[in-house]
Amino acid sequence: MTLLKAEELYGGYGGGDILNGVSLRVDAGEVVVIVGPNGAGKSTAMKALFGLVNVRSGRVTFRDEEITRLSPDRIVGRGVCYVPQEANVFPSLTVLENLEMGAFIRRDDYSAQIERVFELFPPLKEKRSQAAGTLSGGQRQMVAIGRALMLDPKVLLLDEPTAGLSPKFIDLIFERIQEINATGVSILMVEQNARHALSLADRGYVLVLGANRYEDTGPNLLANREVAEMFLGG
Amino acid sequence: MIDFLQIVIYGIVLGSIIALGAIGVSLIFGILRFAHFAHGDLMTLGAYFALAGVAGMSLPMFAAFGLALGATALVAVGIDRALYSRLQQVSPIILLISSVGVALMLRSLIQMIWGPDNEIYQSGISMPWTFAGLRIQPTQVMIVGGAAGLMLLLHLFLQHTRFGKAMRAMSDNPDLARLSGINTQRVVILTWIIAGVLAAAAGIFLGMDTRLHPIMGWKLLLPVFAAAIFGGIGKPYGAVAGALVIGLAQEMSTLILPAAYKPAVAFALMVIILVWRPTGIFGGKVL
Amino acid sequence: MELSGLFSYFVFFLSMVSVYAVLVLGLNIQWGYNGQLNIGVAAFFAVGAYTTAIVTGPASDNYLGGFGLPFLVGLILAMVVAGLLALLVGLITVNLRSDYLAIATIGIAEIVRLVLKNEGWLTNGVRGISSIPGPFDGLSGITEGMAYLVTLLVFVAGVYWICERLFRSPWARVLRAIRANEDAVRAAGKNVLLFRLEAFVLGSMFMGLGGALYAHFVGFVSPGAFDPMFATFVVWVMLIAGGSGNNRGALLGALVIWAVWTLSSSMIDALADIGLLPDQLATQASALRIFLIGLLLEIILLTRREGLLPERPPKAIDRAD
Repeated sequence: MTLLKAEELYGGYGGGDILNGVSLRVDAGEVVVIVGPNGAGKSTAMKALFGLVNVRSGRVTFRDEEITRLSPDRIVGRGVCYVPQEANVFPSLTVLENLEMGAFIRRDDYSAQIERVFELFPPLKEKRSQAAGTLSGGQRQMVAIGRALMLDPKVLLLDEPTAGLSPKFIDLIFERIQEINATGVSILMVEQNARHALSLADRGYVLVLGANRYEDTGPNLLANREVAEMFLGG
Repeated sequence: MIDFLQIVIYGIVLGSIIALGAIGVSLIFGILRFAHFAHGDLMTLGAYFALAGVAGMSLPMFAAFGLALGATALVAVGIDRALYSRLQQVSPIILLISSVGVALMLRSLIQMIWGPDNEIYQSGISMPWTFAGLRIQPTQVMIVGGAAGLMLLLHLFLQHTRFGKAMRAMSDNPDLARLSGINTQRVVILTWIIAGVLAAAAGIFLGMDTRLHPIMGWKLLLPVFAAAIFGGIGKPYGAVAGALVIGLAQEMSTLILPAAYKPAVAFALMVIILVWRPTGIFGGKVL
Repeated sequence: MELSGLFSYFVFFLSMVSVYAVLVLGLNIQWGYNGQLNIGVAAFFAVGAYTTAIVTGPASDNYLGGFGLPFLVGLILAMVVAGLLALLVGLITVNLRSDYLAIATIGIAEIVRLVLKNEGWLTNGVRGISSIPGPFDGLSGITEGMAYLVTLLVFVAGVYWICERLFRSPWARVLRAIRANEDAVRAAGKNVLLFRLEAFVLGSMFMGLGGALYAHFVGFVSPGAFDPMFATFVVWVMLIAGGSGNNRGALLGALVIWAVWTLSSSMIDALADIGLLPDQLATQASALRIFLIGLLLEIILLTRREGLLPERPPKAIDRAD
């Protein structure tokens, strides 16, 4: 079943278009990865799904309902959560408060969800009362993903979740993303570590200049010589 | 020594008043990213609302003050809805200019309604208490106690309530707050309510400490901003510390400078902070 | 009003517009060209007025004076002193966002006001300085007024000409670029701080000139004449109403807003005369006028932010590079 779908998106941030007809799709239970060269509009495409880009034409649907021009706080309510690449925690709030903010629109008891995040990222439990701004980059990424999980989303959008992390944390974050996916959360992520990401993806998109260039299963894209040479560094 | 301690008391009283204003300025900056220049006149308005309650409607002091806090908060929200919220997308600088216009409008409105002369809440001089040679006015105790009580309430709100935390979150990172589903419009309105209540309290206390006058709040604007910058813009706790420093420094300056130059002391301290450490002593934001 | 009275009123009106025009052109260099928030226009205005009053005014036992310098020297010194004050403020705030400049200039305006009021040896305190000579004191009544108006118009034209030349110069192009994207200009190797400081000082010097021209026009300065908010505010409303960044807009704004200001006074009087205005408001007519000007500013900000004559950067040289 298709959850999130973008059809022929054109748009940008005012000024010229960055997206030139990109189309994406996330089915239930999938891990989908967007790769491509710098400036291909990967992050912009993801933001467009989340109402953060001026979409000039094209449409975005979630479970067949149009969400193209909904504001992010409305989209969150439908079950799509987004983790930006940078500035993705509230630095002066504690870890626990960061998670609480992720659950802001929930009026029920979400303590079980907090425990689930702590199980997924044990270091956060120890540091629950510490200001998020004082954590290491990897731990901050855990807080950021944990915050987005608080609403128990159907689709999780991750913008370069491993950017700037040490190899140890990169492996850990990818591992956790798979665990999250195993609990039934569909994942769409933009990644620089393209090989690693594609190796665990169900499907992948290669974007160039704001448009689709290739779309295939993860293994097939990795096996595609042209893709490997041009976009995966040989 | 007694003289010095007496001055310290004045400094703490003034610092408490400045703190209530500076917290508001700091919160508004944190949430809306602009320097609110009408804050002093919002204080004046609160003071005159209380006067209307006391003198006009013959209400008991506390009822009048409570009414004034509510009315000022309402006006603050009203100004935001009518002007600031519409200019928010344009630029913080346009908001600032708009707030200068609001400052003048409020002040002239106050002058039109209540006249340009000095007013007081209660005639008659209350007897000061004396402790080991120190004279303390009952009003001074009320001012410091009232300010401390309001600050405690604000602290509890910010640390322990859902919307209090959301305010801090939005001050930290407004985009992420929106992405998290926080209703940012409601946070903005809440910010104005709190800032309005605190400003009114500051104005009332100032009126109790001295007299009411249409430019009383405007004259406090410089120390208020100095305190907010000193404590680190966007940091309400820093603003309190900054306010005490500014209040004490202003009063102590009278030992060596003519009293007329008190506002210049606030300015001098602000300049020192701007040159030496623009993020304030507690590392807030730089505007 | 008889004809001669009307005529002398007209001369007075245009003289005031001319003084304000110089102030607004000065502010336009700061705000219009470069986006600097100077909320202390009154400070530079007052410093200019007092400087020329002291150096050209009569001797006195109570305050500094009796230098007897000529009119033009007074104007030049007024610009120099205002410029030095601006340099001081600018050096503190130039590398900070414009909000700090706004706060710092409010502070300077307040301190200038305190000094004028309290340093009697220099300024004669609240009594102010009177009998400031004008350049045409030998002439009689209306002739003197007209001669001075012509002088004012010459200065307005001169300042306008300089501002226009600057507006088309590479210097102002850099200022506008800084206003739009400071980092890009810095990356291009320009000294952003220096450009900013230059604009701030130059604008403030024109404000000092405006103050000096005002002092010689009315012959009397006192702290009360420079209510820090009003003098600043009205100049801002003039610039924003006329069109920030547009020198013609600055002139038009001075004319229109001063006309509105003058008319509002007559209208309030008229309304009060026929009993349409509550007594309370009639006695607070000046407050009512300030309120209306404030309201006008908000309406302009909400509905026509670009002003009557929007900014039109010269196109030919604005190529992308």
